[in-house]
Amino acid sequence: MENMNNDVLKISGLSAWFGSNQVLRNIAMNIGRNTVTSIMGPSGCGKSTFIRCINRMHDLTPGFRLSGSLVYEGTDIYGERVDPVALRRKIGMVFQQPNPFPRMSIFENVAVGLKLNGMKMPKSELAGRVEKSLRMAALWNEAKDHLSRPGTSLSGGQQQRLCIARALAVEPGILLMDEPCSALDPVSTGKIEELIEDLGEKYTIVVVTHNMQQAARISDFVAFFLMGDLIELDRSAKIFTNPSDKRTEEYITGRFG
Amino acid sequence: MESIAFRRKVADRTMKLLFLIAAILVVAPLFLIFADLLWKGAKELKWSLLTDLPHPVGEPGGGIANGIAGTLTISGLAMAAGVPIAVMTGIYLAEYGKGWLASTVRFCVDTLAGVPSIIMGIFGYVLIVLPMKRFSAWAGAAALAMIFIPIVIRTTEEMLRTVPHSVREAALALGIERWKATLFITVRTAWSGIVTGILLAMARILGETAPLLFTALGNQFWQSHLDGPIAAVPLQVFTYAISPYDDWHDKAWAGAVVLILMVLSISMAARFFTREKKWKT
Repeated sequence: MENMNNDVLKISGLSAWFGSNQVLRNIAMNIGRNTVTSIMGPSGCGKSTFIRCINRMHDLTPGFRLSGSLVYEGTDIYGERVDPVALRRKIGMVFQQPNPFPRMSIFENVAVGLKLNGMKMPKSELAGRVEKSLRMAALWNEAKDHLSRPGTSLSGGQQQRLCIARALAVEPGILLMDEPCSALDPVSTGKIEELIEDLGEKYTIVVVTHNMQQAARISDFVAFFLMGDLIELDRSAKIFTNPSDKRTEEYITGRFG
Repeated sequence: MESIAFRRKVADRTMKLLFLIAAILVVAPLFLIFADLLWKGAKELKWSLLTDLPHPVGEPGGGIANGIAGTLTISGLAMAAGVPIAVMTGIYLAEYGKGWLASTVRFCVDTLAGVPSIIMGIFGYVLIVLPMKRFSAWAGAAALAMIFIPIVIRTTEEMLRTVPHSVREAALALGIERWKATLFITVRTAWSGIVTGILLAMARILGETAPLLFTALGNQFWQSHLDGPIAAVPLQVFTYAISPYDDWHDKAWAGAVVLILMVLSISMAARFFTREKKWKT
């Protein structure tokens, strides 16, 4: 019972294929409530594939199939009666490239998820939700005076925070982030990392990164992936000081990857 | 060494000049045509041209007001029918169309776009004029719509394809239903391009003559209903130009000026829609 309350996401026996190419092998992992978990590993280790299994982003990819079980708050993510559209509202995602909707203002970018998801609310409440989301994404102070400007007029780092605000606006239970800083400069990266740390107190976050320092800075837990296998999952401090597996040690000491 | 550098420079300049000349050769006729039209149509270019009905041969004055109204009516009808069908087909091809059905549709659209416009006129004649036993605005509009629709389908599809995949992914990840994401995010992103395509197709059908020859037919008076022959500027230009009368020739030139101004103003509207908004940061 205790476990059910503390683990938002339970994954077991997850394997995935693109055509005949197996990219994930028998992954088992639980994600605790209000924790930040980094998925770390060299390029091609399956970490992006993994994170996209969680919100069923592969559904439209031809040739993709998966086996195993992913359970979000007691619901089988790939269960027959699960509506992937409704599921994705619960499991938000931020992408590698900042991708605000072009031709939409900053305000509209944040509000669009609420509007198109059929949530009817008075204008003042909508504005309140937009402000709250922008504040959570640490963009409010920079953006509040030009909410009607296009989202694409912001800098890259600001655009990424706008995308975070957009994802937070629909109040997901988990936030997935697929290398959210790899297209950003160091200053913007610092801001996003700080933001992830803050959000981690109230949100369950899974971040893909190939940057070890970043994983060490932001996460409570780190999962190390290699060639489609989950090698090790442990508290961040443990992984970086005293990893259990030799391959993890080799990776963090820079011997490969 | 130096001579090689010199030769390269000369070659570079020469090519640049050739490209420039080609561009000028393309643009020059537009100005020549327009200047020529203005010159020859000047005699008849007066306000009454836009407000009066045609006068009989020999009687001075008279205009092409009924033609302007007719052209706007027929094109408007063609667009009212064509825009929804064409835009939705374009959306289907870009967003949903996979497999043999989509390639068949695409092939048919391409073929349709290449069909000579006179054949669209025959299409209107056989399918509408003959069964109804009269020429009509409906028949003219149907013929023009057949020209309008394939152009708009292709521009809509192409514009939607310029929307990055990441935009669709972001919408999907927000838990937005596919049709809503398509209409309110993807189509919205490409909207100015789609509107530009619609406007350019409109400019194209405004000036079409052949499809109207045996569908709308043309007339010399105000047409109050859509069920009978209706005038159109290109038809009037055609009738006046092939007539043996000098004063009608002058009116043909003036009518041509009106037509080209209509097309030009639509092209300018299209430019306006594609213009990127500039923002200071």
